[in-house]
Amino acid sequence: MMEFLAQGGYAFYVWSCYGMGAVLLAAEIVALRKRRRTILSRLGRLKRMRDAEVNE
Amino acid sequence: MKRHWFHFAAPSTFYHLAGRLTPWFLGLALVTGVVALYWGFFETPDRLGGSNPQKEYYRIIFVHVASAWMSMWLYIVVAAWSAIGLVFNTRLSYMMAISVAPTGALFTFLALFTGSFWGKPSWGTWWDWDPRLTSELVLFFLYVGYLALHSAIDDARRADRAAALLAIVGLVTVPIIFWSINCPDPNQCAALHQRSSMSDIDGNILFGMLGLTFAFWMYSFATSFMRVRSIILERETDTAWVAEVIDREAPR
Repeated sequence: MMEFLAQGGYAFYVWSCYGMGAVLLAAEIVALRKRRRTILSRLGRLKRMRDAEVNE
Repeated sequence: MKRHWFHFAAPSTFYHLAGRLTPWFLGLALVTGVVALYWGFFETPDRLGGSNPQKEYYRIIFVHVASAWMSMWLYIVVAAWSAIGLVFNTRLSYMMAISVAPTGALFTFLALFTGSFWGKPSWGTWWDWDPRLTSELVLFFLYVGYLALHSAIDDARRADRAAALLAIVGLVTVPIIFWSINCPDPNQCAALHQRSSMSDIDGNILFGMLGLTFAFWMYSFATSFMRVRSIILERETDTAWVAEVIDREAPR
């Protein structure tokens, strides 16, 4: 296991690359989910406001 | 047949189709990514070559080549959707173009980053103005320029058309990147990138590279579908079908 993590002494280079890849891909998914939630809650709020006006 | 295809070109239909497909693409990306990386790390030799071997750091190849391929391929996809949008004036085509571009920019950055971290142990430098490095950097600026131009224009349809034109003109960089390693005279242009061909690569390494490329490809489907769904909701806010979606999916 330690041998695998050491990558023949090049651990810094190898794991920097895979770490950056994993962080970027995960961050994009998180950002996209957050964006969807933000849009849905804003549109939901707008719609409730509009529906309330119609009922008055 | 014609009617069948244009059926999915309607944002209301595509919104639901993309929503159903996204989890499948994400799952496929995860599974193939894990298999490809397992193969790349455990079924390959630790060192390559003879007198001046590539040591363990060559394992960066899997993420590096896969992201570099995706950076070029996704740019072609952006330009293709832009061209389809300009020719047929279909709203969804433009939305797809702008949905794919951020993921393409991400992979371009990742290709440059991993290239840098491979270049340091292998060539002794983080960066050099080698033809391929330089043209890939230009591609990154094109992605950024495309996204910046699109967001700088308030009217969505004008932004779509202007950015589409930029994407199509920028397409000229893709063949330049592709052939930039074929430096005819090493004295004229010092290319650090070696020539490579599919037939020279060890089968296990090739399997890892192609596997991770497939995983990135599925990931790109998933993220562009997720993004296009948000864009559809923003642009079609005042339609009856979006009102139904809000009733069903919006948090109270």
